[in-house]
Order: sequence, then structure tokens, then C-alpha cells
Amino acid sequence: MDEKRRNFLKVAGISTLAGLGGTAVVDRLVAGSGIAHASGSAGHEVEAAKKSSGHGAAPDPSVNRYGMVIDIKKFQQDPSLGEKIVAACHSVHNVPQFPEKKDEIKWIWMTQFENAFPEKPNVYLDEATEKHQLPILCNHCDSPPCVRACPTKATFRNKDGIVMMDYHRCIGCRFCMAACPYGSRSFNWRDPAEFVKDANHIYPRRMRGVVEKCNFCDERVGAGKLPACVEACGESKALVFGNLNDPNSEIRKVLKENHTIQRNPSLGTLPSVFYIV
Amino acid sequence: MFEKALKGNNYYWMWLAFLGFFIAVAAVCYLRQYFYGLGLTGMSRDVSWGLYISQFTFLVGVAAGGVMLVLPYYIHNFKAFGKITILGEFLAIASLLMCLMFIMADLGQPLRGLNVMLYPTPGSMLFWDMCVLWGYLILNALCGWVILTAERKQVHPPKWIYFFVYLSIPFAFSIHTVTAMLYCGLPGRHFWLSAIIAPRFLASAFAAGPALIVVMALILKKVANFDAGKEAINKMVTIIIYAALANMFFVGLEFFVGFYSNIPGHKHTLQYLFFGLEHHGHIYNNLVPFMWGFVVLFFVGIALISHPYTRKQSDLWLGLGCASIFIAFWLDKGIGFVLGGFVPTPIDEIVEYYPTFNELFITIGIWATGFFILTILYKIAIGVEHEIEA
Repeated sequence: MDEKRRNFLKVAGISTLAGLGGTAVVDRLVAGSGIAHASGSAGHEVEAAKKSSGHGAAPDPSVNRYGMVIDIKKFQQDPSLGEKIVAACHSVHNVPQFPEKKDEIKWIWMTQFENAFPEKPNVYLDEATEKHQLPILCNHCDSPPCVRACPTKATFRNKDGIVMMDYHRCIGCRFCMAACPYGSRSFNWRDPAEFVKDANHIYPRRMRGVVEKCNFCDERVGAGKLPACVEACGESKALVFGNLNDPNSEIRKVLKENHTIQRNPSLGTLPSVFYIV
Repeated sequence: MFEKALKGNNYYWMWLAFLGFFIAVAAVCYLRQYFYGLGLTGMSRDVSWGLYISQFTFLVGVAAGGVMLVLPYYIHNFKAFGKITILGEFLAIASLLMCLMFIMADLGQPLRGLNVMLYPTPGSMLFWDMCVLWGYLILNALCGWVILTAERKQVHPPKWIYFFVYLSIPFAFSIHTVTAMLYCGLPGRHFWLSAIIAPRFLASAFAAGPALIVVMALILKKVANFDAGKEAINKMVTIIIYAALANMFFVGLEFFVGFYSNIPGHKHTLQYLFFGLEHHGHIYNNLVPFMWGFVVLFFVGIALISHPYTRKQSDLWLGLGCASIFIAFWLDKGIGFVLGGFVPTPIDEIVEYYPTFNELFITIGIWATGFFILTILYKIAIGVEHEIEA
């Protein structure tokens, strides 16, 4: 075979292959765009909701985003309330009580204003704020730094805005703990089993070596119940839980009627927990 | 080539046995930790990373430091480094293996480590860190081995290896940049949230890595009849001086930004590290001696390796100077940087971290394992060197 013919055959062969491959690619593209068209309107809405899920933008009522309003004044009026909500949460979720502070695990706890809001220091704090404590918990941020940091997607943001943990995937690298700007996460430094009193068998216990935190009572909310801490408040309305994206929800009404603040909002995490000071 | 590691004098075996003792102790300690959990360490929910991660961070730098030999030799054709480039490559291998061991020691669920690959998450810097660390490890093992084999047969290395040699250079920079990004992308940790972290990491790495290589070269000259050459040592010392000065410049900039802006978040950790931080009437200062040790050792080291008398008159002074720089930057990055970043906590509390003995022994054991591997690798490299000369 002479050189020219050989080259021709080479080029012809390659272009045929390329042609076949090319058509396949084009076919796929067309098919892909077809799917996109079919789900066109719905898909765009979801996308728009995603983009505008910040607090400045209009929320999308078709997507749930759970949030909580904490009325600090109610906790000042009734100091026993704090203990009640912490106990309710920790017993429902089998949160262990360790004798040593070093091993401590907590989902929701009472703390001073200056600890919850270190970016709002005030030398001349009013007496009530100085004397009383307020609850802090996971903020279920709309833009959660912990989720960004997790190398295995063991912590993730649910469609309803709840930041969740997969205890079976977590490798225990604790990157999420370093990433959380609210100190909301705890780690199982040792086997928690023997430190759980009166285990609740409806919710799983954790094994050692994984991270855990408040889950906004996802398991209860899914069953149509209120989170344990909200329920523990009874009729006091110290905690109000609901769908932030629904303009007619109770939580939105409370947000409309009261001036609320969030913990360290300047970090752009968009917390879903609001405080009435 | 491996058979070269199996022949050695008494001192060689005694040294390996000495390291082996610490490795055995660490193995027992690790088993204890494995069955009990990380509660055997001094870490808590407030200081959630301790010695393991801080050693990891420092050793990534030592691994990256090897590029200060590879780059001048292969890019600038600086011939004097020809003989010792392999020392840099093998040091990178040993350091990276230590890094991986420290990561494994730190995981709460080590058996799930592969989840990082099974559920790849490009948004997480830890995923990328794993990619570049493994990449750099494989590149160094490949390049080191192929080039040493060629040297032994006294032929030119195959052309294809140069692709990987050149690729290893950006990889060296990337391992420490990505490691810096583990820290400097976290909101709410003011001390880490600084764009100068990556350059500062690189600067201290390019001082600490070569400093260790100079110390090693001087020891090898004494115990293994291996002379790296005056020109190579001198050039490395120059690199160490400039890199060390760059690191101190960056540290100084952190001080300026913190104290001139007077923003509490920017100042607190620096205050805690260097002067002690007052909080509710108590002064927290358990890292202060380490940080002043860092500053003093830096000045001692830089004086010893800069002054013509100590630099040129005796290997002992030069070695001590380089060791001072190495230890100084270990105190800075291997102790202060990671541990300090957790003070104060996001909820403005201060919890101080004290490692436990179990944790210390595991840490020492991983270092011993690294030096064990390094000794064997250097034995092979020098064995080949002597074989050619003979």
C-alpha cells in the first residue's frame, strides 16, 4: 500500500469514528434538552427558589424551609423553661450525659447573651439580659459551612432546610466542627451507650467516633409533630417553629410583628433561628 | 535495590531498634485509642483538633519543602543539587506517609476512611487535600525510584520520567496550598480566616523542609560517608534564610492587621498565643512558652546560618542553626497555628488543650515510623551512591 492511500484510509477511518461518536453526542444532547424542556417550568421554579433563598429575596411557598423564633423575654420570665427544653430534647434524642466536661455532647443548651452573640458586645447590658440565659442550638443555616466542609456528604442540607447528619457515613474527621461558626456540633469521643439514661427506642443511639447535633426534630416534624423543645414550652410561645417560606405561617406572623436578630449574620450563613430580644 | 537496606553496621541496626521501640509503644497506644475512642486524647468539643492534625499540617510542609531541591535542579539546571535531590524526594515520601498516618489516627471511624473516595465531594477541601497528597506521594515514589534505578545502572533516566518530575513541582505547591485552605476558608475562625495563610505555610515549609535536609546531609556526612558538597549546602542555606525571613514577615503582617485594626477577633488568638488571654479574670496562656520558643529559636537559627563564621567554620554550628529553624517552625505551625485557632471558641469561651500521654506516645510513634522509613530510604539511596563510586 502506498503512503498516500494509507494516509487516506487513516483519515477516512478516523472521521467515520468521529462522525459516529459525534452523532451519539449530539443525540444525547438533544435528548437531554428534551428532558429539561419537559420539566421546564417546575425545574425553573426550584432553581429560582434556590437562588433567592436568602432572607432578602422573596421566599418560595412551594418549598418548605423550617425555622425557629426564640423569644428571649419568655425565658427571662420563666427561668425553669430552659431546663425543660434541654431535658426534652436530650431525652428524646438519647443525648448522653458524661461525667467529664471534655466528653460533653449537647444539642441545645442555655447560655449567656454574650456567648450566644459575641459579635454584639455591650458593656452596659440591661439587668435582665445579664442575669438570664437563652437557648442556643444548630442554626440550620441556609448556606451551612459545615456542609461545605464535610468530605463525605455525611452532613447535608435537606430540601426542607434542615441540616442533617448521616451517622453511618460520618468518618469522624471533625472538619464540620471546625467549620461551624456557632459551636453547635459535638463529637462522640467515647461510646455513649452507657451514658444514656432511659433510652428512647424510637430514635437511634450513636456509636463512638461520629459527630452529632440538633436535627430540628426531623423525625418528629416528618410525623406531623412539633420539635421536642417547642412542645416542652407548652402554651408559652417561647419557641415558635414553622415554615419560613409560607407567608401565612405562624412563624412568619411572629417575625412580622417582632424585631428579631440572628447569631452572627455577617458571616453570610443565613441562620434559620431568630431571636426576639 | 531494597537489599541495600538489609545490610548495615551496628549503629544502623541500633538506630532502627531505637525507633522500633517507639513504634511498638505507639502501636499499643493506638490499639487502646481504637477500642476506646478519641476520648483518650485531650481533645474536646471546643478544641476538636489536637496534636494529630497539627503534626499533619506541619509535615505537609516538610514534604513540600523537598521541591526546593527539585525545582533548582530540574528547572534551573543547578547541577550541585544533582546528588541530593533524591534526599528531598525521599524526605517527601516519608513525610507524606506520616501525614496519612496522622490523619488515620485522628479519624473517629478510621475504617470508614474510604468514604472520602466512595462519596467524592469536590466542595470539601479535605477531598482535594486527599487528592493532592496521594498524587504527590505517588509522583515522588515514582520519580525517586526510576531516577535512582537509572543512576545505579549508570544510564540516563528515561525521557518520560521528566514529565512526572515537572508535574511534581506544581503538586508540591498545591499540597501546602490546599492544606492551608482547610483552615483559611472557615468562617468564624478569625485566626485562620486570612489570605496570607497559604503563602505563610509555603514560606515556612520552604525553610523547614530544606533545614531538615541540611541536618540530614550533615549527619550522613558523619555516619555514612556521604558528602552532599559545599556548594549544594550553601545554596540550600541561602534558600532557608530567605524562606524563613518571608515567614517571619508574614507573621509580622498578621500582628499588624490584628493590633492596628484593633478588631478583637483578629487579635484574640495572637494575644492568647504570645501573651496569654485574659477571660473572666483568668489568664489563659498554656501555649505562650512554645510561641516564644519559636521566636527565640528563629533568631538563634537565623544568626547561626547567616553569620559567615558559624556558617562556614563548622558543620556543628550550621547543623544546630538549621535544627533551630526546623524546631522553631515546628513550634509555630506544628503547635501554635492549629491549637491556637480554637481559642476563643465560637461562643466566646476559652478551653485549653492538653494532650494526654496516650496521644503523645502515638504522636511520637508516628514520627518514629516516619524516621524509620526515611532511614531505610536514605540507606538505599546512599548504598546506590557508594556502589557507583566503587
